[in-house]
Amino acid sequence: MTLKTWLAASAPLAEDPAIRYLRVGAEEWRRLAEDVAASGGRLLALWGQDATAGHPAVFAAYHTAAGLWVGELRRDGPESADDPYPGVQDLYPFAGRMQRAIRDLQGLRSTDPDLRPWLRHPPGEAYEFVRVEGDGVHEIPVGPVHAGIIEPGHFRFSVVGEKVLRLEERLGYVHKGIEQRFVEFDALDGCRLAARVSGDSAVAFSWAYCIALESQWRARIPRRALWLRALALELERVANHLGDLGALGNDAGFAFGLAQFSRLKELVLRATETAFGQRYPMDWVVPGGVARDLPAAAAAALDRCLADVVAESAVLRGIYDEHAGVRDRFTGTGTIAPELAARLGLAGLAGRASGQAHDLRADLRYAPYEELRPAVCGAVAGDVAARVAVRFDELLESCRLARRILAGLPAGDSRVAIVPPASDEFGIGAVEGWRGPVLVALATAAGGRIRRCHPHDPSWQNWPAIEHAVIDNIVPDFPLINKSFNLSYSGHDS
Amino acid sequence: MRPIDWLTQVLEVVAALAVAPLFQGWVNQCRAWLQNRRAPPLWQTYRAIRKLFHKDAVIATNASPLFRVAPYVVFATMLTAAAVIPSMGTRLPFSPAADAIALVGLFATARMFLALAAMDVGTPFGTLGARREMMVGFLAEPALLMVIFVAALISSTTALPAISERLATGPLVLSPSLAFTGVAFTMVLLAENGRLPIDNPATHLELTMIHEAMLLEYSARHLALMEFASALKLMNYACIGFALFVPWGTATSAAGPFALAAAIPALAVKLVVAGAALALIETASAKLRVFRAPEFLATAFLFAVLGMLVHLLLGA
Repeated sequence: MTLKTWLAASAPLAEDPAIRYLRVGAEEWRRLAEDVAASGGRLLALWGQDATAGHPAVFAAYHTAAGLWVGELRRDGPESADDPYPGVQDLYPFAGRMQRAIRDLQGLRSTDPDLRPWLRHPPGEAYEFVRVEGDGVHEIPVGPVHAGIIEPGHFRFSVVGEKVLRLEERLGYVHKGIEQRFVEFDALDGCRLAARVSGDSAVAFSWAYCIALESQWRARIPRRALWLRALALELERVANHLGDLGALGNDAGFAFGLAQFSRLKELVLRATETAFGQRYPMDWVVPGGVARDLPAAAAAALDRCLADVVAESAVLRGIYDEHAGVRDRFTGTGTIAPELAARLGLAGLAGRASGQAHDLRADLRYAPYEELRPAVCGAVAGDVAARVAVRFDELLESCRLARRILAGLPAGDSRVAIVPPASDEFGIGAVEGWRGPVLVALATAAGGRIRRCHPHDPSWQNWPAIEHAVIDNIVPDFPLINKSFNLSYSGHDS
Repeated sequence: MRPIDWLTQVLEVVAALAVAPLFQGWVNQCRAWLQNRRAPPLWQTYRAIRKLFHKDAVIATNASPLFRVAPYVVFATMLTAAAVIPSMGTRLPFSPAADAIALVGLFATARMFLALAAMDVGTPFGTLGARREMMVGFLAEPALLMVIFVAALISSTTALPAISERLATGPLVLSPSLAFTGVAFTMVLLAENGRLPIDNPATHLELTMIHEAMLLEYSARHLALMEFASALKLMNYACIGFALFVPWGTATSAAGPFALAAAIPALAVKLVVAGAALALIETASAKLRVFRAPEFLATAFLFAVLGMLVHLLLGA
């Protein structure tokens, strides 16, 4: 089958022609995955639901040349509960962990032979790491408690001297049961929880949630509100990129960079607070629009702040580029070549630094980005230096977009009331957050309760890639490589 | 031995104890200023040490006596070194106990104990740090010895006070051999004291640490002694540097109490300048990859050898 045949067999989801929904059987599930992979499409998320949400099923969201596709494989047929559904981990390597998570959370098993739990940490049960045998090979266990104040995750290095032969990650230490908490919420309030899945991507998650909700409730959002959401999203990107650029300098032992970029980040956060009322706007993107309109004075202040950020980060970029020590640490470290990145399905910023020119803002052109036309920044080297360069490029591009939004903000309402329909609905929303594509799948019941909600962080795609990026690097370069991806533990473990 | 010599000796040790944490605080202050940060107070190191002395020590159950003894040995070694180095006066009753080569041995003893204690508990980070420390050490020691040999050749003795006095009282000329060895010594100082670009004393990334990784298992008074010892070590290295390259201002053997009184502000000025320079070097450099450390220290060794060649061939 080709994509066209699948397209013909699909139905628009929530009357949105750009999002196609396919209900498939076990064989088609596998064939759909193969055909999407063969056509150059990518898997965005994989999640399951159990009988509490209506019927047991697994879902896959794909990003194809024809837009977003959602495949559903129902597991309420004659097959027994232990019958595995066909796994897709050979086509999309990162899907393995998602399938393991589905088994942990919903009890649905895939054909993947790796049966170790992933998010669930059964007490008293030792996790089986892959052992590397050989002369002089030894293991270094790191975490989940670290020397610095960072999120918990366990890393098992197999090394010879300082050289890393293999890294295996163990995550799930901050699994909070967010998906379960969602079903206790009214759909209109669930947005606030979505914003807290990963604090650094609050706008991306809350916006994706709102798209999912608004599309299934057939709400039309005023243009001004969409532009304001984009403004918040770009500011979030600017703040995070600034923070990361400083932290990357610091991890290379160049504390001057940390001090300077932290200062710039703080300026942006303060401007964000004046504009949206919160430094990290967690309650600002709400179903129907935004919580409050932009104060007139804040727009001018934001514009000035961004102009400063552009000017100063240009100077700092010069320093990073010309500092021999910093360059030496960044260049050639933690390389993921474009071919490997394509095979691993590397997403978002890290993917763009390895030649994977995917950006949902440009690819899907969801409003208001069809008007704003963001440039897709990218590099092909795939090392820490490339990820730094892409951050600098995106920082400038986001500042440009934000200032363009401030200059051309359409008039009108910034919020409309939306009401739940009298039927069960389902929808998805996808937004390009600063880290990569953020996806929220939401199913609501008549009356506005949440039946099921799955927030998907792009860290799922990229965590496995770090295991590849550190191979043949030296142990002390791992923190730098890890920071250049800066993935979320909370968003992944949710 | 005159009473004034004993006074100098006591004064030197007391000054080392009192000033070493201050010197470290000063370097940290300069670093903060250079990075556009607000600086911690000068006495922050004292505060940290005091805080640690008030805590209860937690020791791993499988720690051997070596682990408990090491902080005392390391601290005592650094204090002994401080007694031998002529920071204020060159007539030290204690100095015949160890010449410059024995001084290098003293530092090596401290390193040995530190590395053994780090491996004692058996955590991966301790071993990691000890391994790296030994790598840095075995490359830094020859360079340091070579620096001392150049100074010893010039002054025909290996006793540090005598070298210092010979250099201080000699004609004031710019000696190319000493200039080369001065560069070598600065590089060794950075490496031996866990400063950038070899090690980052401010890092919280356990995988990149060298010195800090060895101390991860220590707490309370043991950690306080280790921190104090590393402050003393930095001070000692600075004073060796002064003795070899800027010996002026110290009380020579012929001098009386006035020269000793003058030596105190002289040392203070030297420390202030050296601390600022150290902070400047650290701020301007990024951390080298671990595998660049041998290149860095080989360069230091090369500079020291160049210094020696210049002295032997040109007699300068």
